[in-house]
Amino acid sequence: MRLHLEKRPQPSRRWTDLSPLLAVVITMLAGGALFALLGKNPVEAISTIFWEPLFGEFAFYYRPQLLIKGAPLILIAIGLSLGFRAGVWNIGAEGQYIVGALSGAGVALAFYPLDAWVVFPLMIMAGALGGWAWGMIPALLKLRFGTNEILVSLMLVYVAEQLLAAMALGPMKNPDGMGFPGSRNLQEYPAAHNADLIAASGLHWGVVAATVAVILAYILLGRHVLGYQIRLSGEAPRAARFAGVNPGRLILFCLGASGALAGLAGMFEISGPAGQVSIDFNVGYGFTAIIVAFLGRLHPVGIALAGLLMALTYIGGEIAQGNLGLPAAAIQMFQGMLLFFLLAVDVLTNYRLRLAPRPETA
Amino acid sequence: MTDALLTISGLTKTYPGVKANDDVSFDIVPGEVHALLGENGAGKSTLVKMIYGLVKPDSGHMTLRGAPYAPSEPRAARAAGVAMVFQHFSLFDALSVSENIALGMETPPPMRDLARRIREVSETYGLPLDPHRAVGDLSAGERQRVEIVRCLLQDPRLLIMDEPTSVLTPQEVDILFQTLRKLTSEGVAILYISHKLEEIRTLCDRATILRHGRNVGTCIPAETSARDMAQIMVGASFDAPARAPRDGTGEVMLDISGLSVASPSPFGTALKNVHLTVARGEILGIGGVAGNGQDELLAALSGELRSAPGAIRLKGQAIGRLSPAARRDMGLLTAPEERLGHAAAPNMSLTENALLTGAQRRGLLARGFIRWPATRAFAEQIIDRFDVRTPGPETAARALSGGNLQKFVIGREVLQDPEVLIVNQPTWGVDAAAAAAIRQAILDLAAGGAAILCISQDLDELLEISDRFGALNEGRLSDIRPTAELSLDQIGLMMGGAHDMEVAHG
Repeated sequence: MRLHLEKRPQPSRRWTDLSPLLAVVITMLAGGALFALLGKNPVEAISTIFWEPLFGEFAFYYRPQLLIKGAPLILIAIGLSLGFRAGVWNIGAEGQYIVGALSGAGVALAFYPLDAWVVFPLMIMAGALGGWAWGMIPALLKLRFGTNEILVSLMLVYVAEQLLAAMALGPMKNPDGMGFPGSRNLQEYPAAHNADLIAASGLHWGVVAATVAVILAYILLGRHVLGYQIRLSGEAPRAARFAGVNPGRLILFCLGASGALAGLAGMFEISGPAGQVSIDFNVGYGFTAIIVAFLGRLHPVGIALAGLLMALTYIGGEIAQGNLGLPAAAIQMFQGMLLFFLLAVDVLTNYRLRLAPRPETA
Repeated sequence: MTDALLTISGLTKTYPGVKANDDVSFDIVPGEVHALLGENGAGKSTLVKMIYGLVKPDSGHMTLRGAPYAPSEPRAARAAGVAMVFQHFSLFDALSVSENIALGMETPPPMRDLARRIREVSETYGLPLDPHRAVGDLSAGERQRVEIVRCLLQDPRLLIMDEPTSVLTPQEVDILFQTLRKLTSEGVAILYISHKLEEIRTLCDRATILRHGRNVGTCIPAETSARDMAQIMVGASFDAPARAPRDGTGEVMLDISGLSVASPSPFGTALKNVHLTVARGEILGIGGVAGNGQDELLAALSGELRSAPGAIRLKGQAIGRLSPAARRDMGLLTAPEERLGHAAAPNMSLTENALLTGAQRRGLLARGFIRWPATRAFAEQIIDRFDVRTPGPETAARALSGGNLQKFVIGREVLQDPEVLIVNQPTWGVDAAAAAAIRQAILDLAAGGAAILCISQDLDELLEISDRFGALNEGRLSDIRPTAELSLDQIGLMMGGAHDMEVAHG
């Protein structure tokens, strides 16, 4: 007998929903084997990563972290998923995240020390606008010159990182900072501080924004004609043009929206958990969000769950590094496995496994 | 028979939900043209794929020249002397003829020798071909010659041809038949797949007829009437479309004058100064060999390709620069040839595909939000009125058979009450009963006052339904003439393209 794949007449709904769960289970098994090879107790390692942050002794500290790390991932991934659905590949969310943060922080630092309620809303607008503008660069270049948005958006990440360093060392440097690099700490500027709405809950405005983004994306994709056009363009570009979709407008919308959401995520991060403009402000949320988007099946609800799961592996991974002495690379491999297995299990959505008798060789 | 070249006995192949071939047996003798006849979906393709080693039978066996024959892959089939010319060519546009042929060979000889051999073979069999030309510049008929020459270089004992005449003009068909007769006189057997009955009666010595995967009869085509063969093939009689008499004096709805557009694809055909009018209640048929500007004409009319504003006028209004959606609003609807990926999105449900063109005219949107219940009702109406066989409107488009999806696509446009309807290949790959239903719907629409432009490569279809006829040749449109006055020869001349071949057999 041998296994062979057989194409399903239409995609299986059940496997669309089940395959992420199966991928998580296989990742636990393969990850456990990896940890065992490193000489660690696999059960303990896996439970440290998945159980400890939620129900362990110090869960009161880790649970808020889940929201703090999950919110930017979800916010960015929602934006990316719109483009990915339409076949517009924004790989540069990290750059849009940085520029959004710089724009938001720039507004805050410009108003410092004015204590007015308008400061924070203005920062939100500036953050979204900054990310949007950074996303418009690959969009306009693609429309005007036919450049590849994957390359341009990715390269703009490195430009944004240089811009971040320049700002932290130059114009945004804290004048009272005694020469240290980095801006004023926005956590100490009440009008600009993105504080927890409920103390020590991790629930800041970014979490609210992520929730709203999930809901709006759900409505957009399921009920609005624009969401339909996005899905149609990704599924069948020629049919989309036949239907009357303007591909240029769609590119502008997708890159603009994902840029704005990434910018918002950066702004909420810099005015809250991070607090200041510093050289090492960005930690790769923009790239991890790509994994989150696919892990969540490019579906808003799936992305919300995937974002929380990814945040969990980050936090759990850090605990495992601290408590069990697992190397950081092993944790990264573990996260990579998650995407790897998801893509592998994905086959089951469109194919079914069949046992077939081995054919006699001719 | 002991002298059979290929004997097939009891071949069975099951796919999920369908028995593509069910206990099929027949044999082919050297030097005969053996027709394999059947509707789309009757199992012809599966059967020849098994002979050519592309598909493995579930049960049954074959013998070739007395020895057991079970090719595990096409290479094994070719080594055993079985060659195949596919309906869809597998050629690279950017490469030359000899490069394309070399790509398909196990051990290609040096290019110069190969070019010489291509010339020899093509001259021997009356298939003129310049080995150094780029395939992208060749007509469909010439491309087919490349495929045939590629097969002949392997010196085959059995040549399988899958609907070879669907891309040829009547004159080119004659030339092909002469080539095939020359081959059979040398003892090569030909397995000839087609559903064109007259053609089979002219060419084939014997015919095996498939229906629903089963061998339902063998006959000698020259001694059997086309009507009898059709009845065996379809298994039931069906009505030919009824055509109400029309007068061609209605108001002009669509007026194309001096339409020239470049093709979006590098090897497409630009439209050159096309003029035509279609009046209310009239069906204008546009014939021509595939790749002569049909896709471009449809795209220019649907709005996917923009042209000079005044080149296309709908009820007198210039629409050359309008978007597809704006044209739909004005009553101009289109149904492209390619069902999956162009007329419909394969992975989306029928409901979602109903929205694809129905959004504006059926009022399926409310301030940008989709009215899903109304959209589903529209999809159900199409399924119901056009007898689309499917479990329901939530089925993915790709799960439907070609004929059913085509009925859905045509139905979607017809039920939107178009004032002008453009269809490209409305019955391509559709079984006879569905084709008749689609043609009837088009005729009814015209009888109801719509102006219809029907682009097709099926001449019988155009002769049956169109009032006037024109042909596209290299992006130019011939004069348009009343269909009733035309003979098949005249049509062939309008389609052009064969003049360079007539010397071949001279």
